Amino acid sequence: MADKPKLAICWFGGCGGCDEAVVDLNEDILKVTNAFDLVLWPVALDFKYHHIEAMEDKEITLSIINGSVRNSEHEEIANLLRKKSKIVLAFGACACFGGTPGMANMRSKEDIFQWVYEDAPTIVNPKHNVPQPVSNTTGYELTLPEFYGQVHPLNQIIDVDYYLPGCPPPPNLIYNAVSAAIAGNLPPKGSTLAPERALCDVCDRNKTKPDRLAISQIKRIHEIEADPEKCFLAQGVVCTGPATRSGCGETCIKTNIPCRGCFGPVEGIADMGAKYLSAFASIVEADTEENRKNLIESLDDPAGYFYRFTTASSLLKKRRDASKKS
Amino acid sequence: MANKITINPVTRLEGHGKIDIFLNDNGDVADAYFQVTELRGFERFCIGRPAEEMPRIVPNICGVCPTPHNMASTKALDYIYGVAPTPTAKLVRKLQYNANFIEDHYIHFFFLAGPDFVVGPDANPAERNILGVINKVGLDIGKKVIEVRKKTREIIKLVASKPAHPEGGLPGGVPRGITEEERKTIRRTADLSVEFAQFAMKLFKDTVLKNKNYLDLVLSDAYNLKTYYMALVDDTKKVNFYEGKLRVIDPSGNETAFFHPNDYADYIGEWVEPWTYIRLTHLRKIGWKGLIEGEGTSLYRVGPLARYNVCEGMATPLAQKEYEQMVETLGKPSHHTLAYHWMRLIEALQAAEDLQNIADDPLLTGKNIRNMNFQFTGKGVGCVEACRGVLIHDYETDDNGMIKKVNLIVATQHNAAPISMSVKKAAQAFIKGGEVKEGMLNMAEMAFRAYDPCLGCATHTLPGKMPLVIDIRDHEGNIIKTISR
Repeated sequence: MADKPKLAICWFGGCGGCDEAVVDLNEDILKVTNAFDLVLWPVALDFKYHHIEAMEDKEITLSIINGSVRNSEHEEIANLLRKKSKIVLAFGACACFGGTPGMANMRSKEDIFQWVYEDAPTIVNPKHNVPQPVSNTTGYELTLPEFYGQVHPLNQIIDVDYYLPGCPPPPNLIYNAVSAAIAGNLPPKGSTLAPERALCDVCDRNKTKPDRLAISQIKRIHEIEADPEKCFLAQGVVCTGPATRSGCGETCIKTNIPCRGCFGPVEGIADMGAKYLSAFASIVEADTEENRKNLIESLDDPAGYFYRFTTASSLLKKRRDASKKS
Repeated sequence: MANKITINPVTRLEGHGKIDIFLNDNGDVADAYFQVTELRGFERFCIGRPAEEMPRIVPNICGVCPTPHNMASTKALDYIYGVAPTPTAKLVRKLQYNANFIEDHYIHFFFLAGPDFVVGPDANPAERNILGVINKVGLDIGKKVIEVRKKTREIIKLVASKPAHPEGGLPGGVPRGITEEERKTIRRTADLSVEFAQFAMKLFKDTVLKNKNYLDLVLSDAYNLKTYYMALVDDTKKVNFYEGKLRVIDPSGNETAFFHPNDYADYIGEWVEPWTYIRLTHLRKIGWKGLIEGEGTSLYRVGPLARYNVCEGMATPLAQKEYEQMVETLGKPSHHTLAYHWMRLIEALQAAEDLQNIADDPLLTGKNIRNMNFQFTGKGVGCVEACRGVLIHDYETDDNGMIKKVNLIVATQHNAAPISMSVKKAAQAFIKGGEVKEGMLNMAEMAFRAYDPCLGCATHTLPGKMPLVIDIRDHEGNIIKTISR
């Protein structure tokens, strides 16, 4: 037992879906538990934090971390696991890019509190209570953690060795990543453990894509009966396939819904939305410049389409990152 | 606060949820609080998104029960666009929904709660987990658990892309239908699920009901809480996970409300306390009465035990038989918190039987999967029974169908105040004279674990399952002991 490499799996500001994805290895999970000593996995096992603290630095071979960093608890444990681990793998869209909750970076903490504790239609709050870090109203002192004003991908907090994107990552890539860690043949530090090409390049519908793709009218997904074999862009529907990294197994496309980019940008691209916008602008077709402008403006909520999973890692709002507790 | 952080860094690793227990001068439990420590704000950052994208965003509220969020959202879209799903589309949705009930109920029973009963409440914590369960029941059974979970999740994958983040869901329909070939596979999975549900039922009966110590525990006052109950029921007041009307019964079992989910805001209020991020739901017409049980309370519970108490039977024959046996043993209403587990297994059986019915329905493979006869209203309330209880998504849009208001009420929120009280009662029963026995930790945990609480959902925020830290404090508020998991 003692000779086995150690594996830690931990969650921060995620939804638990990444932990479910590990369970989705099904029978293969038994291979993982055979190859590794699991030293931490809060969702399934009872190991404690002090066990990790008591370890030597770098004693853990691999730490798989999912979820974004939203508060000081997450930050503390991220630092601890970094210190105790040889390899840190950012697992899933939230750890890699902030994920959908990163869209909260478009709003202030105050705005969220105002709705949640005052304005929502079911609120009954005559005393105008608001959750407090320290409160004494019950006659006892009760405490709550305080939150950062922004969602952070893991690499804004600690040094990350590898990335495995997806919401959640698919079982085959999880298994490949863990196997490579066991065999010691991981690629260079900083690599994303998924194919480099764009989703479009591997998409079955690519063969139906016309040589020259041109959109003259933008359609929302509920407005059309989507052809299950035809390229979504050719049907006028926003699909982020051209800018999104492949490796997901195209499960959304196979369900007849367009890509929303949970695998993040293709290799070498820092800002997914900017990349997509330039790709999108090149296929928008209109006879005059004004019509072209109108057509692009007819796209509702570009931020929500193009930065669905990557708002927190985008170049947008970088200045706000300067103050975590803003 | 600062003291606590320094003394107790463990809390900060594992403290997505937290319990503070206060002792009086005699060392008995004076009070206990179950706190939820996170907030993420889906209700705000969804504003400005196209409504039809919501079923693809809200599953990130919780990756453990993403299908109920996906479905509540899709049903809200039906109202916003004023369309009913086609019969085939509705069957496809229910396929996904029942498959979810099966896999989610089993992940709770076998991975999270089962270890307490199958391995034992005071067993070695290192063995009190799924691997311990497999050791006890045998590897073949362990593989069967994996197989049922895998195949039911394959159904979700087939119709909604990713089980941990279902996509799709359109107003009046579904993006993709079912082929004849797929129908056959689904039918085999349904049969397997019924067979497995009966096995799980027997395992529960053999392990818990036939063990006098466990049965005494189930029936003890430590795990009893008298509240109202709320659940969705169909026209004949049978359990319905997908649709129906909300029914409320009082602690004596009398119906006190029966209403369309659209009217939820008239019946449900959310109280704000400074000591927790979760909003505490209560019956609005009674008003907030605080954390009390019995006739004077305005608190209600949701989830399997509530469905047992509120409904007048199950919708499928095998599940109905099991339900009758439960009624015979516990009577109605039952306030025994640990009885949540029993009903959970009966529900997994109903879901499996329902899966068989859906697979046999010739309409399932129909081509008419979209109703696009939109009568736009701009408003929609989607209500389903999530595995953990009543889930409500309420949206309003502008004329262009862009979201301008979101209100979410989720299962663990309804249960948050009762969970706090359940933990207090268990703590009071097991902590006496300042002596904190090691096994007490798990006894208190069993009180909240029965609810299968999902704090990710609860605050539209963090992970589905919760590690726990318990601080025991003396009458001056000093921490005298910390127990953590």
